[in-house]
Amino acid sequence: MATEPAAVLRDVSRAYGERVALVGVSLTLPRGATLAVFGANGAGKTTLLRILATLLRPHAGSAVVLGRTLPREGWAVRGRVGFLGHEPLLYRDLSARENLRFHARLHGVATARIGELLDAVGMARRADEPVRALSRGMAQRVAICRAVLHEPELLLLDEPLANLDPGAASAVAPLIGRASGATRVLISHDVEQGLAEADLVLGLRAGRPELVAPAGEVARDDLRGLYA
Amino acid sequence: MRRAVAAVVRKDLRVELRTGEAVPAMLLFSVSTFVLFHFALDRASVEGELAAGVLWMTLLFAAVLGMSRLFVAEREQGGFDGFLLAPVDRTSLFVAKAAVLFSFLVAVELAAVPAFSILLLGPSPWPVAPELVLVLLLADLGIAVVGTLVGALGIQTRARELIVPILALPLMIPLTIAAARATSPLFLEAGAEALAGRWLLVLGLYDLVFGLVAFAVFDFLLEE
Repeated sequence: MATEPAAVLRDVSRAYGERVALVGVSLTLPRGATLAVFGANGAGKTTLLRILATLLRPHAGSAVVLGRTLPREGWAVRGRVGFLGHEPLLYRDLSARENLRFHARLHGVATARIGELLDAVGMARRADEPVRALSRGMAQRVAICRAVLHEPELLLLDEPLANLDPGAASAVAPLIGRASGATRVLISHDVEQGLAEADLVLGLRAGRPELVAPAGEVARDDLRGLYA
Repeated sequence: MRRAVAAVVRKDLRVELRTGEAVPAMLLFSVSTFVLFHFALDRASVEGELAAGVLWMTLLFAAVLGMSRLFVAEREQGGFDGFLLAPVDRTSLFVAKAAVLFSFLVAVELAAVPAFSILLLGPSPWPVAPELVLVLLLADLGIAVVGTLVGALGIQTRARELIVPILALPLMIPLTIAAARATSPLFLEAGAEALAGRWLLVLGLYDLVFGLVAFAVFDFLLEE
């Protein structure tokens, strides 16, 4: 059902061996809303994103994403989620266009969309060069194309504007910004920018949720305190 | 599944054509080993069981090189995550990688077997080419299946260069025995004998059993 929340987490926890990465995260993310996740390095932000993307299993608690319970129904969520992590998930020896064609085939997307996306992010001219020859910012633009290629309902974005110049950031805004219309989970270290984008805020410290509140009710100093 | 298998195979072959990281190394290894055998055995030519043994040991060790490289890009360049995010059957990655390794082996053998016949083999292999090709293809299928399974397991560890041969070589003992026994009658100086059907059957059963095992467990190997 389109009216049900995009994600409902109840006491979600996750550990890597002995090290606890995430403990007791509970929140409800409505469809079309943006959740901004703040926290210092190692706070569990990426772990949360990977759980929502079905790339990691929660070890405790329940996670329902796009109406499907993870990990049992992860198969029904894949293909409806766009994931942009620290790594661009691009093959360095293939060109931008070849990488996107590969992902388009996996997702069953018409290849015509590849050209549109490359144009949109200003990469059409360099699209046939191997990814290894691109700058980090250019590779990030291609990675954004990859993440939105299949028009996902839920966008999971880990510092999506990292390495992008202001022009490139403006170019990708229609694809991953609020205008995309997708529900978004956005990891950011930029408090001002993250808050400006957010409807809901999650603050993590050492894997524990220290703050879950609507963006309008969050004090900037509380968020900055997460990095202290 | 067909769409995903085709996408991965096409991608891997394109990367291999561009970088030449696996097949040239496997081929160079094979030819170098034949040259070493040539001098180490101190014989102008070999035949029968010895010839079959030399051929299969060389091809198996060359295959291990390919197995170690099979999932490197998926691990180091995020290919696993990219694949796992797609709405495709995870087993299609296994089928695709096995097909890629199979094609690498065929490509290597297209040059390595003629090199073997020039450098070491006494009797000409050409009169028995169809039978030899049949044995090679059946054995390649088994190597590809086991190699893909072991390659996926090895890539999850830090010591993949050690883990892959340690796991693959014992698993391929039955295949080596069957392939060598099936091949040795084809390499007799006195004239090739008929292909032993039971060794072909053993190779076929090996392919089937390991194919089913790999099909059943590959999903779990992709779990974090």
